[in-house]
Amino acid sequence: MDVIILQLLNGLDKGSAYALIALGLTLIFGTLGVVNFAHGALFMLGAFCAVTLQKILSLSFETIDPTKTDFLGNPAKIKTPYIESWFGPELGSSIIDWSVPLAILFAIPIMIGVGYIMERGLIKHFYKRPHADQILVTFGLAIVIQEVIKQFYGANPIPTPAPDAFKGSFDFGSLLGFDPNVVIYPYWRLVYFFFAALIIAAVFGFLQFTTFGMVVRAGMADRETVGLLGINIDRRFTIMFGIAAAVAGLAGVMYAPINSPNYHMGMDFLVLSFVVVVVGGMGSLPGAVLAGFLLGILESFSSMNEIKQILPGIDQIIIYLVAIIILLVRPRGLMGRKGVMED
Amino acid sequence: MLGLEKKDTSLLIIVAILTMCAPFILNPFPADSAMAQFNAGYPDLMQRFVIFGIFAIGFNILFGLTGYLSFGHAAFLGIGSYSAVWMFKLLGYNILPGIFLSVITSGLFALLIGYISLRRSGIYFSILTLAFAQMSFALAYSVLTPLTNGETGLQVYNSDPQYFHSDAMPNIPHLFGQEMQSTYTLDAGAWSFDFNTGYYLCALIMLGMFYIAIRIFRSPFGLMLKAIKTNQTRLNYTGLNPRPYTLAAFVISGMYAGLAGGLMASMDPLAGAERMQWTASGEVVLMTILGGAGTLIGPVLGAGFIKYFENIFSKINDTVLHQWFAFLPDGIEDFLIAIVHPFVGKGWHLTLGLMFMAIVIFLPGGLVEGGQKIASKFRGKKAKDDAPAASDTTPAE
Repeated sequence: MDVIILQLLNGLDKGSAYALIALGLTLIFGTLGVVNFAHGALFMLGAFCAVTLQKILSLSFETIDPTKTDFLGNPAKIKTPYIESWFGPELGSSIIDWSVPLAILFAIPIMIGVGYIMERGLIKHFYKRPHADQILVTFGLAIVIQEVIKQFYGANPIPTPAPDAFKGSFDFGSLLGFDPNVVIYPYWRLVYFFFAALIIAAVFGFLQFTTFGMVVRAGMADRETVGLLGINIDRRFTIMFGIAAAVAGLAGVMYAPINSPNYHMGMDFLVLSFVVVVVGGMGSLPGAVLAGFLLGILESFSSMNEIKQILPGIDQIIIYLVAIIILLVRPRGLMGRKGVMED
Repeated sequence: MLGLEKKDTSLLIIVAILTMCAPFILNPFPADSAMAQFNAGYPDLMQRFVIFGIFAIGFNILFGLTGYLSFGHAAFLGIGSYSAVWMFKLLGYNILPGIFLSVITSGLFALLIGYISLRRSGIYFSILTLAFAQMSFALAYSVLTPLTNGETGLQVYNSDPQYFHSDAMPNIPHLFGQEMQSTYTLDAGAWSFDFNTGYYLCALIMLGMFYIAIRIFRSPFGLMLKAIKTNQTRLNYTGLNPRPYTLAAFVISGMYAGLAGGLMASMDPLAGAERMQWTASGEVVLMTILGGAGTLIGPVLGAGFIKYFENIFSKINDTVLHQWFAFLPDGIEDFLIAIVHPFVGKGWHLTLGLMFMAIVIFLPGGLVEGGQKIASKFRGKKAKDDAPAASDTTPAE
């Protein structure tokens, strides 16, 4: 039982990342009808927002402390981040410590801006083009974004630690009456899961309970009619693209402490999130979320040693295997709507 | 000639002349001159030109004719490589059995994968093929290590049986004693030209494959594939089942990819799983699109273009740039170098990505369409009417 709970928990954080990216992909697909292969790159950009903010905050100047010497006898140089000298050492160091959560605020405008520019500058011209062209041009864009990031940050993963308060693990087992230290789970992953749940809830709430969301949903159902009613649906869809980009970016920001960001992390997630979208059903938002968590949990279960002994290598292929079976048995995916991508 | 129309015959002859004279054409600069780095006439690179040419021609039979965009074609390349190396390990270094086996195994895999994937079309088909390729990649790295040698890559060891290997035969890949690596270098004044056995073998095979591709394009079968691309629904209502045709196209293009993989292993007896990764599949898509999907010559052009620039661009480093801009004042020189630097050397992928985007945005028909546009400009407005319609790439959905 404890093993099962542990794997369930392990699946949650990966599942949250899949769900968030897949949610963004589905938003873009459902509104604009564009297959966005650059979505993984947006996730990666988000992670690098966290990296950048951490770097900016820890920019520091050097002072020479004459009272101390280093081991060679030279006066010791002390690096003090600007933030600490401005706000005092206490507040300053805690600001640096909390840079990843702070990066959320930093990333939202950036990602919405990136999404907006992407849609207006490039994707707009591809609505009437075939899906193959859309895939290809966004694939090219993904390569470009990835390479630009590589130019600036190098090819190595950059460690981006979470705040000290979230270091260590949460003893989940003792809460449920198991022995201590059997079911433990890192705090940050727990934070990630709740954060993802919050974002997902926010997106659904936005679509469900605001006038803007209602118009967007109407536009997803029948774009032409909404346009004929005198509503500027294009502008709203552009904003939705920005929101989808921000969702992917936030998924990336919070993921940075879990896995040190490197320039190709987006591509690694992209392929999987496409599979997630297809399993969930193209164009279905709840489907994307459901499939994201489902596949994340399946993946973590299949990486259990007991299962690997029976079916070696299953953890590597489980997602693809599930996708193939689902596509063949239930071609529309788990919650796919009729008439999406079927013509 | 050979059952081809006049236009196709001349195309085949042009390609034949180009490939046969490639050692001359690709080495236009004297060996010691500053421009020598633009020479691409060394055996290794020339072999890659034609091998990727075969790969792209095969991919074009699927994508160009039927419009089914497969994102997992590299799997067949990898499967071909693995089977060829296994033949080297078991039978000996003669490349013939290896190449045969690579075509057959990749054909079988294509039959299996195609049978499943082709039940869906459009984006679903792309994702399915991608899933299969990623699955093969992951399996080759993990569980199938006894077959694939995992991360190390499959290679031939001295302890391997090699049942038909005799001491008289060379200990590297060969075709009945003709070593693939043997190169004859012709020095003509300041120029030097390399004639490589392996290259000529690959080039001859590519010509054969090109010929077969032309025949497929012009056959009733090819016409049927084009019909599938144009309007599959209509085909269904006519009472025709398109699936056997698409499956045949998928298997054929899988076999082409396997052949390319087998040849790759024959030139360098090593097979690694990274050949199957989806970025490798992306590369062949790039080649086909860049050259012009659905055209005969396009994929060959695209493959040559990408492989050429990949080699040349990645060789340009800051020292070379300093040499180029040495005549300028220092400030401007440094400025120019700072601008150019991100696009060359290690940043070559950035250039590739930008180029690829530009092609998809402005020139969906690829280089071939670009050439036709320029040609029709020169010929005046009249040529516009008979511009071939081969360049529009609407996929089946």
